Amino acid sequence: MSKFLTASIGRKFIMGVSGLFLVVFIAVHLTVNILLIFDDSGELFNQAAHFMGTNPVVKIMEPLLGIGFLVHILWSFFLEYQNWKARPVKYDRKSSGVSSTWTSRNMLVLGALVLVFLIVHVLQFFWVIKFNPESMNSVIIGGEEMEDTYSLVAGLFRSSVAYDLFYIVGGILLGFHLSHGFWSGFQTLGLSNKHWISRLQVLGKIFSVIVAIGFSIIPLYFLIKF
Amino acid sequence: MADKILKKLNIKVWRQKNAADKGRFETYTIENISTGSSFLEMLDILNDKLIIDGQDPIAFDHDCREGICGTCSLYINGRPHGPDTEVTTCQLHMRKFNDGETITIEPWRAKAFPVIKDLVVDRTAFEKILRAGGFISVNTGGVPDANAIPVPYEDAEESMDAAACIGCGACVAACKNSSAMLFVSAKVSHLAKLPQGKVEAKKRARRMVAKMDELGFGGCTNTGACEVECPKSISITNIARLNREYLLARFSE
Ligand code: HEM
Ligand code: SF4
Ligand code: FES
Repeated sequence: MSKFLTASIGRKFIMGVSGLFLVVFIAVHLTVNILLIFDDSGELFNQAAHFMGTNPVVKIMEPLLGIGFLVHILWSFFLEYQNWKARPVKYDRKSSGVSSTWTSRNMLVLGALVLVFLIVHVLQFFWVIKFNPESMNSVIIGGEEMEDTYSLVAGLFRSSVAYDLFYIVGGILLGFHLSHGFWSGFQTLGLSNKHWISRLQVLGKIFSVIVAIGFSIIPLYFLIKF
Repeated sequence: MADKILKKLNIKVWRQKNAADKGRFETYTIENISTGSSFLEMLDILNDKLIIDGQDPIAFDHDCREGICGTCSLYINGRPHGPDTEVTTCQLHMRKFNDGETITIEPWRAKAFPVIKDLVVDRTAFEKILRAGGFISVNTGGVPDANAIPVPYEDAEESMDAAACIGCGACVAACKNSSAMLFVSAKVSHLAKLPQGKVEAKKRARRMVAKMDELGFGGCTNTGACEVECPKSISITNIARLNREYLLARFSE
């Protein structure tokens, strides 16, 4: 194991696995969240949120997800530092744009910005739902009492344009991160060849556009509608 | 059509006396260069001028001057092998430049490729990687009939494409991480794709990667810059194959 973690490919493997794990999470997360804009009564989203909050599988995945994020983030800084050391004297003139995308060269910058978003986001929703549910209203749906998560989210998005913009930018940044990250993860795991490389790249682009639009359309909806 | 003449060019070039010297940029002007001359011929002309002026000529690597040996290695205007595609520095021509332009020439920059003098870097690191596993040591016996060992056409093609690598190091120079993954993946792939090379494929991948890491090359972040700047257009799908071979080797131990 120690040999694996000192080898460049072994190290990058950790990055790829954690990244793709987060991709799966993001897909689930977006699927649930998009319910916010399909039912203004909030019942649909509340039920989904309640399900996610009580389902045993989700409960098991929750700490794993936390670990996934931690590993991905801490490891990313460590690896970037290692790579940065491999060129002690920098070039005077670079034309990097000819041969690679800005996104692919700035994954740490994009990731760090996503991290800033993530911290605020976790404090605003996850933290409240998890550790301070008494502060939330409750609703009764189908005879079952549950937290009114819909009001928490909708309330925030209606309270200030600044929040809406913050969440829109967050979604777009994540989209850019994934426009490279998605196919890069597969490449890192060796799950690519001359047929699949372009398919994965196209799939990654589609996925990142869905993520960017999907997440930013929610605050946009509340911004326009209310 | 007669070649145009570039009346004046400013050549901003890295000068460094030896490995220990700190080094600095010098700018020289050179006049009346034909667009038909090669980039290295331009440097030859500049060096003649420097010698006549009693100065030390600019040291740069070159040998075959026809794009096959992989010796030439200049980072020109921010790109390894300069502003052309699928060519080595020696195949680059002055028609790619404009009159009055300032051309910046730097050596490959990587911890694993220390500068020896001016634009010459030490690429022994690549030799060391090859020596770590870039060979076949199984006994392949006498020369078999050509049809005795069937090789699928696709495999032969992929192997030959990977074997086109000339070991120039442009991939390392282009990569923001100074990663040697394209080079190593080409060397691993061209052997792994053929029956005689397949036998030791796992061991080879493991050893060459270990050596690559030891020598101080960075890791791959899949930016793809190496493939674009590679004079032989070695594909990054080789890197996916190397990742696969390596991970399988590790997990099967
Ligand atoms: C929901 C959030 C995130 C998702 C879904 C995600 C996803 C991914 C994926 C799939 C990869 C590709 C892995 C590979 O190339 O092997 C990746 C790479 C990376 N991520 Fe993230 N990531 C997220 C958040 C972050 C954060 C918060 C940071 C850092 C502060 C970060 C930094 C990086 C870096 C530096 C890379 C490596 C880039 C490269 O190899 O080109 N990511 N991410
Ligand atoms: S892979 Fe391409 S750029 Fe790298 S050493 Fe081989 S020929 Fe040169
Ligand atoms: S001098 Fe041989 S490839 Fe350029």
